[in-house]
Amino acid sequence: MTARLKTLLEPFLARRIALFGLIVVGVMIFAAIFAPLIAPYDPLAIDSLARLSPPTAEHWFGTDHFGRDTLSRVIHGSRLALIIGVGVVSFALLTGVPAGVASAMFPRVGAVVMRGVDVLMAFPALLLALGLIVILGQSVANAIVAIGVVYLTTTARIAYGVCLRLKAEAYVMAARSLGVGTLQTVLRHILPNMISPLLVQASFVFAFAQLGAASLDFLGLGAPPETPSWGNMLAESRIYITRAPWLLFFPGAMIILTAFSLNLVGDALRDRLDPRYRAVLGASRKN
Amino acid sequence: MGRYLMQRLGAAVTTMAAASVIIFFFIHLIPGDPLYVLLGDGSTPEQAEALRAKMGLDRPIYVQYVTWLTNVLAGDFGQSIFFQAPVLEVIADGAETSILLASITAVWVILLGVPIGMVSAVRHGSWLDQGLSGTAMLLASIPTFWVGLYLILVFAAWLGWLPSSGYPSIFEDGGLANLRHLLLPSIALAAPNAALILRLTRASMLDVAREDFVRTARAKGLPGWRIVVHHIFRNAVLTVISAFGFTFAALISEAVVTETVFALPGIGRLVVQSILRRDFPVIQGVILITVALYLVINLLVDLTYRWLDARVELE
Repeated sequence: MTARLKTLLEPFLARRIALFGLIVVGVMIFAAIFAPLIAPYDPLAIDSLARLSPPTAEHWFGTDHFGRDTLSRVIHGSRLALIIGVGVVSFALLTGVPAGVASAMFPRVGAVVMRGVDVLMAFPALLLALGLIVILGQSVANAIVAIGVVYLTTTARIAYGVCLRLKAEAYVMAARSLGVGTLQTVLRHILPNMISPLLVQASFVFAFAQLGAASLDFLGLGAPPETPSWGNMLAESRIYITRAPWLLFFPGAMIILTAFSLNLVGDALRDRLDPRYRAVLGASRKN
Repeated sequence: MGRYLMQRLGAAVTTMAAASVIIFFFIHLIPGDPLYVLLGDGSTPEQAEALRAKMGLDRPIYVQYVTWLTNVLAGDFGQSIFFQAPVLEVIADGAETSILLASITAVWVILLGVPIGMVSAVRHGSWLDQGLSGTAMLLASIPTFWVGLYLILVFAAWLGWLPSSGYPSIFEDGGLANLRHLLLPSIALAAPNAALILRLTRASMLDVAREDFVRTARAKGLPGWRIVVHHIFRNAVLTVISAFGFTFAALISEAVVTETVFALPGIGRLVVQSILRRDFPVIQGVILITVALYLVINLLVDLTYRWLDARVELE
């Protein structure tokens, strides 16, 4: 078990900055789970006497135009960031991996499904997400679906590419020639070997989901306005930028820190990955 | 080349055809009667009857699609509910801003991303490389609107050097000097994209540097800079060019947000306002045009790639 843990942590021990990324992600998850215990104030509590206060001893990150404590709101905002990240990654993996694997195993399915993926990729990411929000309506769940569809395409392509390579491996061919069924081959021999490239993809998707969700929130089309998400905080504080420039700093810094850390983690994992899969992952990003 | 051209063209047309079906259904998937989705709530019964007849909304769905497609191919994208004007005209009004913004941004992206990526690759592993690569990754993780808002604060509100919002056409008073309105937005928009191109340039140069012909060039005793420019860069730049279509799509996506921050009268802001105004025909038109543009650009990229690199022989 410890040996296994060591292999998992190895890319992070070799590169200090990636370790920093991993720690930030850990702290964020901790903050999201224990938000009500850590946050010094109620994120929704209004204090009209302390409106637009700069950072002070009572309010480390200052207060917004309703006198709500920015630090508490930022801490609670990590909950939504985590929900969006986990939601988008799950959606992308649960749709993209079956699509990619089925396409690789059955070329006829692939001809149709991968063409469909190409078609979806012709839509600029944010326009696709906005179009879906128009159809589905505005909510956190729909934001997850809208951003998830964007990354379903890149995930399907990676799963397809990796699965095609694995299919040609000697041990997979050996299993198949021994009469192991397709489903068994996929579950036993292919999926377990796809875990590392998919883990890399998951960390990038998590990172870009943060930016996508922030954009939707900023445009007023993401999480409902009363939700304390980092993007919503930026959207609300926008008009106070000259009067209270610090207001936009902290929520923005949290988005950047989260996306940056996950990018570092993804990069470190990718560099440690079997070189054969790096080419497939090279084209995985989509903005 | 002729055969290749036809193949690529065929693939692009097929993709566009499939995308057009999705875009057509967009209106039908919006909750509500498509007739009123297209007309808005303030429409008269006469308008409703006229549109029903024109779009064939009482006919089978595939007939409706063909009718819609015929209209689109003839340049009729429908009527904007908000502007009470043809959708194509409304979009054309935003085209100048968006095209100029994208062009200026592309210049920044290339001027910053490619040379800095080259330096980073040449100094591979040094503190300079680590610093530049790290900065690039940080820039790629910053929301463009956040950069935009702070650029407005510093350069417009505090220093007063540049305008904070709006963009008067270069064909109006002020002429080309009006382009200064696009300076801050283009910088905000360029930051993450230049970062991606930097990383791509660096990675592809490092890939090429491992090739045999580079070793041969070194063995021949060619000077280092000559190898970098003639052998490595000329081959690495192909990868960068092939990513251009991808960068274009990213620019369009982020322009939606950037144009909103800087209140620029472009197509990106038009989309956001149209969503808030429930002006669905305009949204449909913008999506249709950007997808078509994306496919055309990718086709041009593919052909350029093929033209530049004689080795690329595709089936």
